[in-house]
Amino acid sequence: MTTPMLSVEAVSYAYGTRRALDNVTFAVAPATFSVLLGLNGAGKSTLFALITRLYATQHGCIRILDFDVARASGEALRILGVVFQSRTLDLDLTIMQNLMYHAALHGMRKREAEVRSGELLTRIALSDRVNDKVRNLSGGQIRRVEIARALLHRPRLLVLDEPTVGLDVTSRADILQHVRHLIAEDGIAVLWATHLIDEVDPHDHIVVLHQGQLLAQGPASRVVDECGATSVRDAFIQLTRSEDLIGGAG
Amino acid sequence: MNTAVTEGHSVISMGHTNGGFSLRQYAICLRGIIWRESLRFIHQRERFISALVRPLVWLLIFAAGFRQVLGVSIIPPYQTYILYAEYITPGLIAMIQLFNGMQSSLSMVYDREMGNMRTLLVSPFPRWYLLCSKLVAGTAVSILQVYAFLLVARFWDVGPTPIGYLLALPALVLSGLMLGALGMLISSVVKQLENFAGVMNFVIFPMFFASSALYPLWQVRESSPFLYYVCQANPFTHAVELIRFALYAQVNWISLAVLCGFTVLFVLGAIFAYDPARGLLARRGEAGGGG
Repeated sequence: MTTPMLSVEAVSYAYGTRRALDNVTFAVAPATFSVLLGLNGAGKSTLFALITRLYATQHGCIRILDFDVARASGEALRILGVVFQSRTLDLDLTIMQNLMYHAALHGMRKREAEVRSGELLTRIALSDRVNDKVRNLSGGQIRRVEIARALLHRPRLLVLDEPTVGLDVTSRADILQHVRHLIAEDGIAVLWATHLIDEVDPHDHIVVLHQGQLLAQGPASRVVDECGATSVRDAFIQLTRSEDLIGGAG
Repeated sequence: MNTAVTEGHSVISMGHTNGGFSLRQYAICLRGIIWRESLRFIHQRERFISALVRPLVWLLIFAAGFRQVLGVSIIPPYQTYILYAEYITPGLIAMIQLFNGMQSSLSMVYDREMGNMRTLLVSPFPRWYLLCSKLVAGTAVSILQVYAFLLVARFWDVGPTPIGYLLALPALVLSGLMLGALGMLISSVVKQLENFAGVMNFVIFPMFFASSALYPLWQVRESSPFLYYVCQANPFTHAVELIRFALYAQVNWISLAVLCGFTVLFVLGAIFAYDPARGLLARRGEAGGGG
């Protein structure tokens, strides 16, 4: 069996007495698109903070390939690309300056970083705007730059926390399609957290998180079958007994 | 069932592995952080202008007004009577660095709230190295401001001898690091941006006024022995004195020792506060986002 790109093993996390994650276990296989599906407050962002070592795990273990995020954080973070839910680009700097800053934070040489940035910006059709300040970009363009930035150091695992929130329908579809292409073209593994059910493809591996608990995981079609449901949306409602899921434009 | 595999708090230490980076890559990272801080500073023109105007107002208005009121006797490192403007110059230099340290602290809290801070914190370099690099970057920016101030002050015939400009540099590095580290430590404890007005009232003003920046401490002692000891215990006093002596090619060894001590203390405190295992950030639930 191949080593998973990400393995989350029996992870629990509490803010004081409030438990945000309770004994969560799942894995992301290489070159796959996995969807972490959950409503607001499910524990997705806490899980992202643990994977990226913004927080330290209290119980359990998180590995990126063979590297324990707690013990070998340097090695683990080196092969990880992250897109956070909130915008993390510096609005007053240009696209290129933001990318160069990220490259420096990964120890990349300037020349190598420039070449790689050029490739990635061409891919997202923003190569003619390298010297534009991020402040002047649209929401969808900012997201695309954030994804390009996360790929700059050639990570093998890309994690994205609700990357399409607040975007219009076209931008959402573009970004989703772009990230799915990455798997086919670069062979990287993707963990995509969302509460938007229409972003799930029947072939995707889904991980359903609700109030800190893992309710189901596996290929979306199998989870639907096991629930005796007709769609991912129905399966989710059955599992969580919630109808709050947004299936539309968000 | 909650099967605890490991206790995160016990296994993560500051000595976690560094991802196998070469020394050259460490240098690239440091250079990148300094470059970004400088860019931000250049872009914030108001910040630069206010950093320059603030001490100039003190020097050109306050010092002129108090010239006749406050007499400064001959005290080390001075060998003759000096004008009041000359006396307060080292204090104003330290004030520039104090404000810069607090400004960096403010922008760290802002970055943390806005999410920019995460870009830095998810870098594979060790956390202590990232924080120290940020500290060095902030210090470099503060020194830039100090020399800009000294240049303008020169037009009013205020300033040290040419060699004094050079000799002050090591003192400025140390005081910049100490005040920057203090700011970093404060940024880890300040919960929200709104609370920052408190920092002005409880850190900047007391530190500045309870020091030797504006008046020699023997004068303070005459009016209040207690306040004198407070001033002596204030690290800002020692930053001022170290700079004052350095400008006149002398070393104030006590101030040097005190400053070194406080710098180490504040840096360790900031690293401790920003270490995820200690979870000061986590305790406040700053993962952000709705999930």
